[in-house]
Amino acid sequence: MSIDFNFMVGGEAGQGVQSVGFLLAKVFSRGGYNVFADQDYESRIRGGHNFFRVRVKNGRVSAIAEPVNILIALNRESIDLHRAELADKGVIIFDGEQVKDVPADGHLFSVPLEKLAQEHAGSKLMANTVALGAAVGLVDYDADSISGILNEHFGTGDVGDKNVRAARAGYEYARAEFKGEFAITIKPASNIKRILLTGNDAIGLAAIAAGCKFMAAYPMTPATSIMEYMAAKSTEFDLVMVHAEDEISAVNMAIGAAYAGVRAMTATSGSGFCLMVEGLGLAGITETPIVLVDGQRPGPAVGLPTRVEQGDLQFVLHAHHGDFPRAVLAPADVEDAFWTTVKAFNIADKYQLPVIILTDHHLATSYATVDPFDISRVTIDRGLLYSPQETPPSEYKRHKITKSGISPRAFPGQSEALVVTDCDEHDEDGHMTEDGHVRTAQVQKRLRKLFGLKHELATPLLYGPKRAETTLVGWGSTYGALCEVVDILHRKGGSVNLLHLNELWPFNAEAVTDALGRASNTYVIEGNATAQLASLIRAETGKEVSGKILRYDGRPFTPAYIIQEMRKEGCELGCHI
Amino acid sequence: MVAISDYVGIKSAWCPGCGNFGILKALNKALVELELEPHQILLVSGIGQAGKLPHYTRGNIFNSLHGRPVPPAIGAKIANPELAVIAISGDGDAYGEGGNHFLHAMRRNHHITYLVHDNQVYALTKGQASPTSDSGYVTKTTPYGAAMPINPIALAIVSGASFVARGFAGDTGHLAGLIKMGINHKGFALIDILQPCVTFNHQNTYRWYQERVYKLEENGYHADDKMAALEKAQEWGEKIPIGVIYQTKLPTYEEQLPALSKGALVYQKIEPGRAESLLAEFL
Repeated sequence: MSIDFNFMVGGEAGQGVQSVGFLLAKVFSRGGYNVFADQDYESRIRGGHNFFRVRVKNGRVSAIAEPVNILIALNRESIDLHRAELADKGVIIFDGEQVKDVPADGHLFSVPLEKLAQEHAGSKLMANTVALGAAVGLVDYDADSISGILNEHFGTGDVGDKNVRAARAGYEYARAEFKGEFAITIKPASNIKRILLTGNDAIGLAAIAAGCKFMAAYPMTPATSIMEYMAAKSTEFDLVMVHAEDEISAVNMAIGAAYAGVRAMTATSGSGFCLMVEGLGLAGITETPIVLVDGQRPGPAVGLPTRVEQGDLQFVLHAHHGDFPRAVLAPADVEDAFWTTVKAFNIADKYQLPVIILTDHHLATSYATVDPFDISRVTIDRGLLYSPQETPPSEYKRHKITKSGISPRAFPGQSEALVVTDCDEHDEDGHMTEDGHVRTAQVQKRLRKLFGLKHELATPLLYGPKRAETTLVGWGSTYGALCEVVDILHRKGGSVNLLHLNELWPFNAEAVTDALGRASNTYVIEGNATAQLASLIRAETGKEVSGKILRYDGRPFTPAYIIQEMRKEGCELGCHI
Repeated sequence: MVAISDYVGIKSAWCPGCGNFGILKALNKALVELELEPHQILLVSGIGQAGKLPHYTRGNIFNSLHGRPVPPAIGAKIANPELAVIAISGDGDAYGEGGNHFLHAMRRNHHITYLVHDNQVYALTKGQASPTSDSGYVTKTTPYGAAMPINPIALAIVSGASFVARGFAGDTGHLAGLIKMGINHKGFALIDILQPCVTFNHQNTYRWYQERVYKLEENGYHADDKMAALEKAQEWGEKIPIGVIYQTKLPTYEEQLPALSKGALVYQKIEPGRAESLLAEFL
C-alpha cells in the first residue's frame, strides 16, 4: 500500500513539540519508511507558536507536503492556526479537558493528555508523550516500536519508563476510544536500515570524516548545531572546537590553524558571515584553505532569525574587495550536504582557497532519512601539501609562481624551510612588496587556480527527462520540493524537467546555457526577493529566464506552493492541474 | 648554534631612529639567547609599522589583517603547540581594532607571547591619535584633543592575563630579558613596549621616557600580588615602571584540550574510517 502521510505537532516553545516530532520521525524511519521532517519555530525560549511536520512515505521524500493527516495540537492556538491544513479525513488530537470551547467538527479527537500523563507517568509534563502514543495508535502502528525508541531517547531509568508508560496510555486510549472515520493504517514496512539526520548533522559528520581538526565559531542560528556536534566529538576524534569571542575571531583562528597545516572550518549565518568577510579575502591572498558554512536565514541584519531564505547567493559570490578565487557549493539535500562537505575540504586544500558551503535554515534543521553514508568512499586529497614525512626544499617559496597557480605548500615547523605569507601583496617568498610586476604576477597566479577548480566541479543536477518543454531552475535546499513538482506535473502529462545548481561557483556557463537552450520555457524558483540565481545566470550566460517564482516570507517551498504560484503567474505547465 | 646572523631579514622601511629598531634588536637577542631557530618560531603580526617587523627578521611568518594577529596566532598554536608563537601589534592594532580579541585571549590564557609596540600614535596613517595617546593629544582627527587613554597594563591584569610586563624600546637589554621571560611563560604573556615615534609623536620622545622609566626589579617589587600590580599599573607621568608587573600560574587553554594530549594536531593522521562509528547514532 502506498503511504504518503503527514503528521504535524503544534504547541508553545517548551511544550515538547520538537521531541514529539523527532520521536515520530524516528519511529517511522526505524520501520523502514522514508521520512522528511521540518521545524517551524520562533526566536524565543518559551511561549509563541512552534510546529514540527513529519512526512512519512514509502518512496523517495525530500520535501514537506500538505495536507495534514494527523495534527497533534498541544494547545488551542495550534487548532486554530492549522485546522485549515487538514486532509478531508484528518484528525486533530487535543486535550478536551484542558482546551475548552473548541467549535466541534468531525476532525476533533479529544484525548485526556494531562490526565493520562498524571495517572500513568505521575506527571502532567508527559502529556506530549501521551499524544505521541495516541498518534501512533491512531494509525495502528506497532506499539512496541515506540517503547524502544523512548528508552533510547530518555534512558532506561525512571524517566524512560515513565515516558514508555505515558506513550502506552495514549496508544491504548486511541485504539479504544477513536470512533471516527479514519481508515489509514501504517505497518512497519521493511528492515532497511536508514539514518535520520539533519543537514547540519551531515556536515558535522562529513567534517570529521574528512579530517577537520579545528573549528572556531560563534553561536548563531541555524549553524550552532554544527559547533555543538564538533565540540561533542572533540575528545573522541582528537579535534578542537573553539567557541570564539566573535565571528571575526572565529574565521581568523580557522585561517591560523589552516596555515599551520590542519584542516579547519567555521560555520555561521548571513550576518555572522558579514563579520567574516575580511577573513575571506585574507584566506584568498594568503592562499589558505578554509571551509566556511553559511546557513542562510532571512536578512538583512537580524531579519527573521529562525526562518529560511536563499538571500545570500550574490553576497557570498562577491563578499570582500578585490579579485581572488573562491568556491561556492550549495548542497541540495542531506545526502548532498555530506558529500559536498567532504569535497569542500578537498578542493580547499587542492586549490588553497576559501570554500563556502551555502546551506539554509531549512536544510540545516530538517531531518531526512538517507542510506548510511559509505564512509569508505571518503577520499582525502590534501593537494600539494608536503606530508609530515617530507622535507620541503631549503629555498622554499610559499607563493611560487606555477602554471596551475598552485604553489607547493609546507607548514611551519615542518623543516628548516620558512613558511612566510602576508595579507599585503607579497613576492614568491611571501614578503610584502609594492612592485607592480610582482603584484600582477601574483594576482594572475591566484586567479589561474580557477581553471583547474572549474573542472573539479560537477555539472548541474538534471532531474526528469533530458529534454522537456519546460525547465524549472533551482539551487540549494529546494531540490526535494522541485523534484516532486516535476514528478507531479509529469504524472499529469506535462513535459517538465529540473535543472538544479548545487556546485555553484565557479559557474558552469556551458552546461547551463546548453540545458536552458533545450526548453521553450524556463522558470527560476528561488527563496529570495530579487531572483539572485536568475541574475547570475544572466550575467554568466546572457540568457534571461521566462519567469520567476520567488518566496521570501521566511517559509520553505512545498511542491503544492510552487505549483499554485506557477499557475498564478501563468507559467506554462503543459498539463491541467 | 643559532646566531644573530640567522635573524637578518629583508631591508626595513621604518624611519631612521624609529623605536621599532630597538624592539627588533631585543627580539632577535631574546630568540638567540633562548636558542630558538627561525623555523621553530611563528611570528604573527597585524597592520601598522609594528606589523612589518617579522619581515625584518626571520621565522615562519603570518602577517595578518589590522587588529587580527591574535586569532590566527591562537589557531596556529592549537594546531601545532610545538611552535613558539609570538604575536606582534601596535597600540592601534592591539587595543583599538583588535580590542575584543585582546580581552578574550587573556581570559582563555592561550600560550602565546604578545608584543605590543606602543608609540601612542597611528604612525602608518601619518599621525592620528591612538587608544593610548595622552588625554588631550591634538591631531588632525582629534582637533579637540584625544579622550582618556586605555591603560593596557591594568586592563590585562583584570582580564586574567597571566604575565603582564612593560618594556622600553630604548633599553634593548632589559626588553630582551622581558621577551625571554614572556616566551618562557606558560600562558598569555603581554609585553607592552614604550616605543618612541620620531616622526609623529613629539611629546613621548626617547628623552621623555628616559627621564621617567625605572626598573621594578631594582626596586624590590614582587610581581605575584594582583592588587599591588593593579596599583602599580596606575603609575604614569613623572615615574613610569618597566619590568614584569604581574605574573601568575594558570592552566593554559591548550593544555586543557584533550585532543592535544596525543601530540600536535598537524601531525595526527587523518583516518576517515573512524567516522564509521558515528553513523550508528543516527540509525
